[in-house]
Amino acid sequence: MNKENLIEEKHDYQGAKMGMWMFLFTELLLFTGLFLLYSTFRSKFSQEFHTASAELNRTIGTVNTVILLTSSLTMALSINAIKEGKKYLSIMFQRLTIFLALFFLINKYFEWSAKIHHGIYPNSPELLQRGKGETIFFGLYYLLTGIHGLHVIAGIVLITIMMALTKKDRINKETFIKLENTGLYWHLVDIIWVYLFPVFYLIS
Amino acid sequence: MKERNNHIIGFKTYVIVWLCLLILTVLTVAVSGMKLGMSGSLTSVIIATLKASLILLFFMHLKYERFLITAMLLLTVMTIAVIIGLTFFDVWYRY
Repeated sequence: MNKENLIEEKHDYQGAKMGMWMFLFTELLLFTGLFLLYSTFRSKFSQEFHTASAELNRTIGTVNTVILLTSSLTMALSINAIKEGKKYLSIMFQRLTIFLALFFLINKYFEWSAKIHHGIYPNSPELLQRGKGETIFFGLYYLLTGIHGLHVIAGIVLITIMMALTKKDRINKETFIKLENTGLYWHLVDIIWVYLFPVFYLIS
Repeated sequence: MKERNNHIIGFKTYVIVWLCLLILTVLTVAVSGMKLGMSGSLTSVIIATLKASLILLFFMHLKYERFLITAMLLLTVMTIAVIIGLTFFDVWYRY
């Protein structure tokens, strides 16, 4: 590789990473808006939020937290592996991450369907009967965990693409920025859940 | 290639960070069991922020990154803090 190429590639690496961080900042601002909505309503309807939160399944919430934290670990380890040139180890960790993410979504599916089965969904007669506070709590619950869930789905798609690229050696010991940026995204999804979990499941 | 971020955090460090995150999760569930009221929600936000910092520093390599990215993150966090702070000045004096 000549010197010019080297410089260009290095800049590309730094630029790509910075671009990813900037995108992550916009994601943070998106969720900040929603958290702001949540906290202003919570200060207005603190009793109703408390009652409604007690209905959420803490066990599923805790299990899902552990699953996402573990998936962050496997994601980080997959990047470690590719940096060391261990292609198949990296693919295995990526596959494990996808598996954990699917597990998270399956739990979410059961959680949501149990709530819907009990008549708790936006605009349901049951909720409208309970008054504004609880309606807003569950509305925000579906909105925030829903948007977070979409991010998890996007993450699964991204990691699947990365796995294919790693198999084809397009991601390798020398060029791994795509995988690294996917990792950054995945950790951000994890961070958002770290806040969602106490905010919805653990109102004391 | 010298300037490229080839820093490899050891397997052991990652596992320790992961264990800390699990311990903090258990802690936040335990704290919510105690009826602390207002300070309870503050505690859970503090624990969540500790967890987020661990993820940022180690999993997202911020500890080993150039300062520029950290500075950009701090700017974002400060912007968020200002937005939240100003909103709550309004909320508190409105009701």
